[in-house]
Amino acid sequence: MSLEILAVDDSRTMRDMIRLALLPAGFTVHTADDGIHGVEVLDGIEPDAIITDINMPRMDGFGFIDAVRGQDRHRATPILVLTTEAAPELKQRARAAGATGWIVKPFDPEKLVKALHMIAS
Amino acid sequence: MSEQNDAMAEIRASFFIECEELLEALQDGLQIMDDGADDSETINVVFRAVHSIKGGAGAFGLEFLVRFAHRYETVLDEVRAERLAVTPDALKVFYQAADHLSDLVRISRDNLPAPEEQTQALLVALNAFLGEDGEVEEAPEEEIDFSPMGISLDLGGDGSDLPDLDDLPPLPPLPGLDEPGTRRYLIRFTPTAELFETGNEPALLLRNLHALGEMRVTCDTSEVPELGQLVPEVPHLTWDITLETEAEEAEIASIFEFVEGLCRLDITREGDAETQIMIEGDMETGETAGAVVAAAESAAPETTDIAVAEVPEATASLPEPEPVPEPAKEPPVTPASAPPKPAVQAPPAAKTIVRVDIDRIERLVNLVGELVINQAMLSQSLEQSGLSPHSDAMNGLEEFQRLTRDIQDSVMMIRAQPVKSLFQRMSRIVRESSGAVDKDVRLIVHGEDTEVDKTVIERLADPLTHMIRNAVDHGLESKSARAAAGKPEQGQVHLSAAHRSGRVVIEISDDGAGINRPKVQQLAIDKGLIPADAMLSDTEIDNLLFMPGFSTADKVSDLSGRGVGMDVVRTAIQALGGRITTTSQPGEGTTFSISLPLTLAVLDGMVVEVADETLVLPLNVVVETLTLEAGDVQMLRPGRNVVRVRSGFVPLLDLGGALGYRAPLEDMTGAVVLLIGQEDGSTAALMIDNIVDQRQVVIKGLDESFHRAPGIAAATILGDGQIALILDPSDIISNAMSMQLTMASQSRAEGAIA
Repeated sequence: MSLEILAVDDSRTMRDMIRLALLPAGFTVHTADDGIHGVEVLDGIEPDAIITDINMPRMDGFGFIDAVRGQDRHRATPILVLTTEAAPELKQRARAAGATGWIVKPFDPEKLVKALHMIAS
Repeated sequence: MSEQNDAMAEIRASFFIECEELLEALQDGLQIMDDGADDSETINVVFRAVHSIKGGAGAFGLEFLVRFAHRYETVLDEVRAERLAVTPDALKVFYQAADHLSDLVRISRDNLPAPEEQTQALLVALNAFLGEDGEVEEAPEEEIDFSPMGISLDLGGDGSDLPDLDDLPPLPPLPGLDEPGTRRYLIRFTPTAELFETGNEPALLLRNLHALGEMRVTCDTSEVPELGQLVPEVPHLTWDITLETEAEEAEIASIFEFVEGLCRLDITREGDAETQIMIEGDMETGETAGAVVAAAESAAPETTDIAVAEVPEATASLPEPEPVPEPAKEPPVTPASAPPKPAVQAPPAAKTIVRVDIDRIERLVNLVGELVINQAMLSQSLEQSGLSPHSDAMNGLEEFQRLTRDIQDSVMMIRAQPVKSLFQRMSRIVRESSGAVDKDVRLIVHGEDTEVDKTVIERLADPLTHMIRNAVDHGLESKSARAAAGKPEQGQVHLSAAHRSGRVVIEISDDGAGINRPKVQQLAIDKGLIPADAMLSDTEIDNLLFMPGFSTADKVSDLSGRGVGMDVVRTAIQALGGRITTTSQPGEGTTFSISLPLTLAVLDGMVVEVADETLVLPLNVVVETLTLEAGDVQMLRPGRNVVRVRSGFVPLLDLGGALGYRAPLEDMTGAVVLLIGQEDGSTAALMIDNIVDQRQVVIKGLDESFHRAPGIAAATILGDGQIALILDPSDIISNAMSMQLTMASQSRAEGAIA
């Protein structure tokens, strides 16, 4: 199952890791450096799922999810929050913003692929 | 697999590069906080830097780095949440933590053993900010790791690929409960509107559930209202699932982790009422939620048995979630069959950075150097061929010259780097050295964006470190001495960089007691460096600091007394083509000023002739040129002349004589004089025979095996293939002046004896 993914993370390392995890699974991966960049990139693609970090400059993950959900065509696009913070209130906030699910960094590549398969069709 | 490993190694390498950037941002942020700025973005930047390092470290299993970064981050989060005030003490710990973090990063990169003690000490210091809660060792990250992904791993057979729902064989009749290990669960699942709003999808949940075992699904449409009362975005459906699986309840519940609280979910193990798991939806949503819709077919009030494969259709027909991308005929679990979407190139980030091996740049620099030489040779031969200056060839040559220069500038720009990283290292040196000698020191940095050749920056680190240590250790007084002198207890060290007339000037100044000149002179006499009766100007005494074997510290301290004197610093600076000077005001402080060339590769030079020798001077030191006429030169005493320049007199030096090419000239009329501006603002005049040209020359360093002649900086190859020495005029002038001075003082001494 090949999915097209947009990964938004301000850390180059993390973007590389995500790419490394998803490319062997046959995914198409687009990346963006922060929320604002993410919205720009999203403009040109139709991802099957979006992965986003929370702590980012310019526009954080919450703002980004908000912006994505605000677009009609992405109201149902699955969004996975990738975060080092596992605090319940953070999950709650992510969900309130419209995140579909979350995965805690450091992630196991296999788990990430499976999580994406779980939420995206 | 090795490809994967290679990729990992590469990401690991780039992680450490990113760490350097993050650490820099961290230092910057702390500095801004230190300067009293109180904006939330700064603390966010600081927090994010630590956070990102932690994130990456976790990915590479750098356990101790994660642990430390995590605690640091927790404290910073307190600041971010305004639960913790940024006091000077707190900042001190933050700085130490940042330093330690940078150590840990380096240790991780080089696979060195972790410095447990230090880490522990700082963890304790950080914990102090967290109050009692902080003392409790937090659960390791693994425990809060996201678990539901584990499910499919335990599946027999090909667990990596979830089966497509529509490819499923018809469900067999439910087997009895006597099958070993197999349990039967009854699951009732009612999604709320929010489940859809977060991009979750009942069909996918059912599919994931199905991956656990055999199941039967029935959709309860009894709650669906009449079409007229239907609110499109309110779900009304409930699914009843009978699942036969070897999986535990926890695994089943984990499938619903993302939708926990967004649905009503009852999981009952058949025949065991005790193990009921209930996940209740938010009751408040009941007003808006309710039940979805579905179109005509689900309007039937009675419970309808539907096969698993039909579920997606039912959901696909829901008006919410909006445009479900899959066509209704094609259940959403088969995106593989969808034509691959063309990969749309993400727009490039605002600033793209390419990492290039420094060797390649070196090679390019060298080639450009050769190009410059070649271009010079070409110009020379074309000029000699007697072509008209307006000919195409000469016009083309001019263009060629301009291009060569542009290429050269561009290549140099590749190597240029801001001195920021260097300065940040210095702020750490200040923190550590001031702590070691119990002084309160603040480093104030200016011009950290000034760009200098990378090589220069690298080779400046050691001398600068030494000078900063000196400033803290020797330059600044102790706290009590400062208080006694009526100064604030906190000493200041300024570190600045600026471009000044084609060179980089780096200044290190302190607001300490200044150079104790009588003591310096006495020390120099004691060590036999100068005659006991030498009459020295302040500047000359200050320059004694740079003499080999000189050290002002009464006792060898922890810091600077490491057998490395300022002479080593001066040698290092000179090796970079730079000069170091010092000024000092008693009671007010000392300033060391380092003047460096922007690049080590090329030089705008003035080609001159002296006694039939061709020499090159850096063009940027030549302030003015003039031709001597009779009466311009005044003799102060034999061997010491001054030249009248407009209203003033400037010391005159015969370059040919100073370099030993010829005896001092008797008649100077008609000779050419170059006025040389020096770093300290004074001017001196160098007498030469003739100015040949001004052009760019490629600096060729003189080999170590050559004796380092004073006043000679390097050599170059001229356009005609001839080799010429590149002079350091300031060095020549100061040497010649001090020689005159020594001679003068000697003659005075001799006179006294006589």
